[in-house]
Amino acid sequence: MRFPRAALLPSLIASLLALAACSKSTPSATEVAAGDKDISGAGSTFFYPIASKWADTYKKETGTGLNYQSIGSGGGIKQIKSKTVTFGASDKPLSVDELNEAGLIQFPAIIGGVIPVVNLEGITPGQLVLDGKTLAAIFVGDIKKWDDAAIKALNPEATLPAADIAIVHRSDGSGTTFLFTDYLSKVEPSWKTRVGANSAVEWPAGIGAKGNEGVAGVVKQTAASIGYVEYAYAKQNAMSHVRMINQAGKAVEPGIESFQAAAANADWAAAPGMNLVLTDAVGDASWPITGAVFVFFHKQPAQPENLASAIKFFDWAYTKGSAEAVALDYVPMPDAVTALVRQLWKTSLTDSAGQPLYR
Amino acid sequence: MNQVASVASSAAPANSITASALRRHTLWDAVLKHGTRSAAITVLLLLGGVIVTLIEGSWLSLSTFGPGFLTTEKWNPVSEEFGALAPIYGTLLTSLIAMLIGIPISIGIAIFLTELCPPRLKRSISTAIELLAGIPSIIYGIWGLFVLAPFLQAHVQPVMISTFAGVPLLGGLFAGPPYGIGIFTAGIILSIMVLPYITSVTRDVFETVPPTLKESAYALGCTTWEVVRQVVLPFTSTGVIGGIMLGLGRALGETMAVTFVIGNAHRISGSLLAPGTTISASIANEFTEAETELYTSSLISLGLLLFLITFTVLAIARFMLLRLQRKAGR
Repeated sequence: MRFPRAALLPSLIASLLALAACSKSTPSATEVAAGDKDISGAGSTFFYPIASKWADTYKKETGTGLNYQSIGSGGGIKQIKSKTVTFGASDKPLSVDELNEAGLIQFPAIIGGVIPVVNLEGITPGQLVLDGKTLAAIFVGDIKKWDDAAIKALNPEATLPAADIAIVHRSDGSGTTFLFTDYLSKVEPSWKTRVGANSAVEWPAGIGAKGNEGVAGVVKQTAASIGYVEYAYAKQNAMSHVRMINQAGKAVEPGIESFQAAAANADWAAAPGMNLVLTDAVGDASWPITGAVFVFFHKQPAQPENLASAIKFFDWAYTKGSAEAVALDYVPMPDAVTALVRQLWKTSLTDSAGQPLYR
Repeated sequence: MNQVASVASSAAPANSITASALRRHTLWDAVLKHGTRSAAITVLLLLGGVIVTLIEGSWLSLSTFGPGFLTTEKWNPVSEEFGALAPIYGTLLTSLIAMLIGIPISIGIAIFLTELCPPRLKRSISTAIELLAGIPSIIYGIWGLFVLAPFLQAHVQPVMISTFAGVPLLGGLFAGPPYGIGIFTAGIILSIMVLPYITSVTRDVFETVPPTLKESAYALGCTTWEVVRQVVLPFTSTGVIGGIMLGLGRALGETMAVTFVIGNAHRISGSLLAPGTTISASIANEFTEAETELYTSSLISLGLLLFLITFTVLAIARFMLLRLQRKAGR
């Protein structure tokens, strides 16, 4: 057997190549950030599709490119804190203390919603109605069958099977899970103590699938199942969505109007550091599991010219990016909120000489 | 060498030519020696760096939880209580299932290829097995989720559940709703993935059996099975075990395919059909969104554990191969 010796050389070459690739990729990344005036950003995977669409159009209009790494919200926060990117993006806002500690500001860039989806024979999309407490009881494993009295009470006309409920949740840490568990924590105190709200939680029941596409796939092929996905996935896969009863007691359809209602009804001006999660929003038309993608800037960046071009990009996105956002099933920020964000840019972003970067 | 010869045949004085050629040779030898040596040292440095990074990264978690990290099932990112028992259990159990299914099939293929197969077929089967090793693991994952899992859910798992219901032990192993994905499905996917590794090593060592031994056995009237059982397998046992260990190493560390089909639940269930998780699946799922230091550190600790487990397995494999080499040399 010459196996070990023969294997040594190729593996050596491979490891050297890997080394070379590593050492090469780092400087080129910074070159992009510094030299070509391309904007660099990293974070939320939920933000990626619209960020790349905007980047495409923006490049055509202005010649400035955007290099957005879709590495996850946690990664985005780490990267902006270590100043390797010009902006970070996360599905979960940072607290005021965390922002001040790292010298950051945050603002909402775009809105999305999370939709409970079911696979139930004889139930048409939007037919099933649930409220927060029932949803929490299902996901915690207290309600085990679809013909449970609590579900029947909300759906007197639907014929619900006596089948066991198969629960599907995200296995990877994600902003979708954060919004979903944050909502359940707000409406059901026992959820808060038993499970809590986070991008990953200790699920008491059910199976975990990777990504929105994984949850959508498992729900579709498992009878009598329930899961939760981002709006775009529910819509594009024509999944059987659930209507939710919001804080005002009204059953609402998920969609751009109900997401935007949730964002517009929120009191952004009163939230310090714009630290506001839109779940369980007030208002008759508000979808209860709505959330924004938050973008982070450094208040006093090391390279003010980079931040200036990032501000221009988001300014452009607020003004001209709405149609593209709607086309991709995102919800643009309401004008009242963008005015607040622009005010925030004016007052808190300065270069090293103390001059405002946005006027 | 040609250059030296042509230079030597030219008109210049013979002494100086030899000296310059010698210098050139010495230089190239030195370059080659130092170049290859630094390449080899790079590997050692890389390995050392990985180990140091893993230990450093996992220090916070290990010092917080102590040995309890290994024996706790709880994995709660909200309250930041982490224990590795469920991922360790899932890693070992899925690999065990993979081995139970993969080993007999692999050895069967190797026996067929070396003892029974017509030469023309041999080449195409060998190529097919090598291609199997070349399929990216994400493809196995997608195939597992969209093809294998629904098939198992609809046709295999309900039969297993109803057949074993009420039987002690087995009834518990195959209990619960047929989700389609879970520990059992992950084991099946892994068994397909380790197949090419075990098969190709086993086939290679089977071919090291001296034909005279086999022919003598056949001449004594042995059946093919008896030849395999009494001659080939005893002669190659260490090599076969080495191949199995290589496959096991692969099964222990496989990430993407398992993540798709295991159900990713940090729980230990008695049933094989229930969802579970493995070390590498947990890391792949949760690392990007692990925001707190303790959470990240606990994931790195999982990585360190996996490193230790696979290192042990590969060390055993090396040891087996070494013994085989000695035996073949004798």
